[in-house]
Amino acid sequence: MDLEYELIIPELALAGFAVLIGASALMFRQIKQEVWGYLSALGLLVLLVLTAVFYMNENDDFANVLAIDNFTNLFRVFFLAIAFFATISGIQYAGDRLRNHGEFYALILLATVSMMTLAASRELITAYISLEVMSFSFYILVGFNKLNPFSNEGSLKYMLLGGFSSALFLYGLSMLYGITGTTTYSGIEPDGIEAGRNIAAQLANFSATTIDPELPIPADVRPGMIIAMVLIVAGLGFKVSAVPFHQWTPDAYQGAPLPVTLFLSAAGKAAAFAFFLRLFSEALLPAAAEWVWLVAIIAALTMIVGNVMAIQQTNLKRLMAYSSIAQVGYLLIGIVALDAPSLTQSQDAATALVLHLIGYVATNILVFTALTAFYNRTGRDDIIDLRGLAERQPYLAFLFSIGLFSLAGMPLFAGFATKFILFQVAFNNDFLWLGAMGVTASFVSLYYYLNVIKQMYLYEPEGEGEDSAKFSIPLPLAGSLTVLAGAVFLLGLFPAPLFKAIDDSTRLLFPGL
Amino acid sequence: MFGELLLVLLLIPGGTAVLGLLVPGRYGNVHRGMSLVGSFMMLGVSVYLFAMYDYGEGGLQFDLQYAWIENVGIFKENGISLHLAIDGISAPLVLLNGLVAFAGTLISWKIAHRPKDFFILFNVLVAGVFGVYVAQDLFFWFFFYELAVLPMYLLIVVWGSTNKEYGAMKLMLMLVGGSVLVFVGIFAVFTEAGLGTFDMPLLREVEFGKGFATTFFPFFAIGCGVLAGLFPFHTWSPDGHVAAPTAVSMLHAGVLMKLGAYGIIRLGIEILPAGTDLWMPVILVLGAIAAIYGAMSALHQTDLKFVIGYSSVSHMGFVMMGLGTMNTIGVNGAVLQMFSHGVMTALFFAMVGSVYDQAHTRDINAFGGIIRRMPLFVIFFGLAGLASLGLPGLSGFVAEFHIFVGTVPVFPLFAAVGILSAAITATYILRLLGRMALGPLNERWVDLREISRWELAGGLTLLAPIVAMGVWPAPFVDRIAVSVLELPGVEAIGGALANLPVVRG
Repeated sequence: MDLEYELIIPELALAGFAVLIGASALMFRQIKQEVWGYLSALGLLVLLVLTAVFYMNENDDFANVLAIDNFTNLFRVFFLAIAFFATISGIQYAGDRLRNHGEFYALILLATVSMMTLAASRELITAYISLEVMSFSFYILVGFNKLNPFSNEGSLKYMLLGGFSSALFLYGLSMLYGITGTTTYSGIEPDGIEAGRNIAAQLANFSATTIDPELPIPADVRPGMIIAMVLIVAGLGFKVSAVPFHQWTPDAYQGAPLPVTLFLSAAGKAAAFAFFLRLFSEALLPAAAEWVWLVAIIAALTMIVGNVMAIQQTNLKRLMAYSSIAQVGYLLIGIVALDAPSLTQSQDAATALVLHLIGYVATNILVFTALTAFYNRTGRDDIIDLRGLAERQPYLAFLFSIGLFSLAGMPLFAGFATKFILFQVAFNNDFLWLGAMGVTASFVSLYYYLNVIKQMYLYEPEGEGEDSAKFSIPLPLAGSLTVLAGAVFLLGLFPAPLFKAIDDSTRLLFPGL
Repeated sequence: MFGELLLVLLLIPGGTAVLGLLVPGRYGNVHRGMSLVGSFMMLGVSVYLFAMYDYGEGGLQFDLQYAWIENVGIFKENGISLHLAIDGISAPLVLLNGLVAFAGTLISWKIAHRPKDFFILFNVLVAGVFGVYVAQDLFFWFFFYELAVLPMYLLIVVWGSTNKEYGAMKLMLMLVGGSVLVFVGIFAVFTEAGLGTFDMPLLREVEFGKGFATTFFPFFAIGCGVLAGLFPFHTWSPDGHVAAPTAVSMLHAGVLMKLGAYGIIRLGIEILPAGTDLWMPVILVLGAIAAIYGAMSALHQTDLKFVIGYSSVSHMGFVMMGLGTMNTIGVNGAVLQMFSHGVMTALFFAMVGSVYDQAHTRDINAFGGIIRRMPLFVIFFGLAGLASLGLPGLSGFVAEFHIFVGTVPVFPLFAAVGILSAAITATYILRLLGRMALGPLNERWVDLREISRWELAGGLTLLAPIVAMGVWPAPFVDRIAVSVLELPGVEAIGGALANLPVVRG
């Protein structure tokens, strides 16, 4: 078989770059450590531009395991951008608090490679391996601040629970293989020819009559599939931190170095959702009746638990952890809404999901970068420590407020427009109760976001001297914060071009369309 | 006609806010000046729009439409568009916002604490309110509706007084909680219509079934009703108004509460007319309860701002009564009352602010005889009060007369309740004036100074329309009546009544 290696040059280049950074950092120990950070950021930026330019409108397939289409490319660019912002926000932080910067950046780059292959996978084993490479990079990154007990605790919890959930997930995949006899998502090649055995076709053709008619279950529900789906959803639920598989999230978020928290909450979530979306639309859509109830219940629980727990938090990182759990609930609505009367409507759900994902991630990076800038200066991350920030650093307080208002779904910002479209799709696809629940949940979230904003604007700075002095933000952080705030405004005020691009890319996830 | 004017109306406050971001905070006067110039331009544009609205023709005018998202995903033709237009109902409300925003800027000249942030948020608030009155697309309508609520929290918490943390959080959560219902209603309408568009003129042509309309009408009516102070969802209003700084109270009681009543007309009556049969009488009854309950509560209060706050609840109750009649005279009266109450309550709050800044108390019983020190204050406050109790010759009379005339044929009992609460209004306003302004001068207040030039200018801006509408209501009635007649389900009554001088001008 001829393998067209030119299709996966971005992944190969990035993997090579990661090894290069890691190895040269070991070899050239006399070079200033922060060079590796700037070098990684530069490399990511160059690769981002080249990928965006050269792989536009590609629609091909690498060895029948990686789809190189617009969907993949959208996420390639997206992950590279997230990694870029994570690296920028990491430079000062790592300089102050971490050792061995080369390895740190190399791990970020490696995780990015695996995310890119994860979004591209159209075969279970490739997807699983990508997911594991990503998770392993994260286990190490979360514990990278190895002299800090919180960092170790978070890493250990994350790894133990992560390993357990991976096992469940793999078991689910093996059951799926047992039912369908294949690991390929969908058989339709880019050139439109039906090829080989594949999951989608097997699930669609599965004859309901093979079930014992005496069993008290609906005719389109297969017991084996139910078990497989429970295991798969549990595994994926862990990766996206959906309730009740969310327990690791607050500890990992709090313990991890801040740039890693940023990367984990933004890229980790985005990659898991890209995988979730491709798997559930390309392969498992014909079996929608067997998973939709499960995902719907999890989505509802995630929204409720995330928001209710967030109200009680006093630590900003933990607050953001629970807030990100709540946001996962909204995103899961998009997965549920894939189960629609027509394929066009399923595609609407996929489009809305990706749009909201991008809007949410941009906002989340903004908040975490702002938090990093604050933490670099003060070394504190409790909500109450933000007191008087509007006096000490008005620009940072302004950006924080933008981010938090956007997360709460207020207009002008990304959160409003993207959430509006996502909930509308839920209504359109007959999940009225879930959409209404999402609206209510995001109303509850306003309360805890306002409490953070209140600390910044209502109170005077506390403490004396250094603790209440004005301070400035270093240029790289200020620059990336400004770009991110611009993106949040742009997505809120003019999302049409991105929406169109996403709509074009998600069409490829529904081969029958 | 020049639809671009409506866009200009949004761009002026928006642009002022963006410019404000760029100017450093230490130049307080630059921020004040920019805001003043901006709000003066807005006033000019809104007066022009009001004057040029052609009531002979009626319907939507100054129509302007830019596609925002269409033919992608769930959106079809005209999916979401920035569709701006005004009709005879929104024209006076646009004018109202122009007047109150200008007066509010004048009154806020004295704000010394972080003027930069204040004026940025103030302009965002004004832009949001203008947006709601001119948007003809459900997405943007709701966008602006939320935008108007967005800056409230910070405005109250940073610049407010008296229990501000509680008042601000309560206000914010109740208003956004109400908009959850509106949110759900909008989604349901979009899905039920199945046109893939949020364009309001197109949705108005859809005939929603009786069952659907009856189910979702309360989502709009209660959701918007929270903002309009609909009983029993009015409790944020007195607390919020007391906590808010002067200019924000003015905009809030003067304009923002009207957004709610306006929403009931735009979303409820216009889009779901089949739901009005069942629900509008309920609104009328709740309005009558709010009218009498607000008036009774105002009677008990000793804090000046609480008196005005409860009086707002009572007057918004009249608006709800007018809407609930579902006949031309009553609905006309409701819109007239929205305008009249807007300018009058803004004038109230402006004057209360000026005395509170000097006296640092708002306890009515602590004052006495201040007419000897602040005659202008008493004149403005007194005229606002007289308008509020419905003295002929001022705006309140025209509006309340319409509402009562409209209510008598449908619910005579509740018309009586309304008239009774107007009488109670007279009691508390006159008692208030008597305690504060007249009698011997309390020694504590010999140092009180007259209101400043800025407050005088703001007061005159607001007093002019009160008197104008009182003596010559025709320009208002002409514009409102033509659009009220076009509302679905509103019964044209009148006959002889329609030819009364006060109705025809």
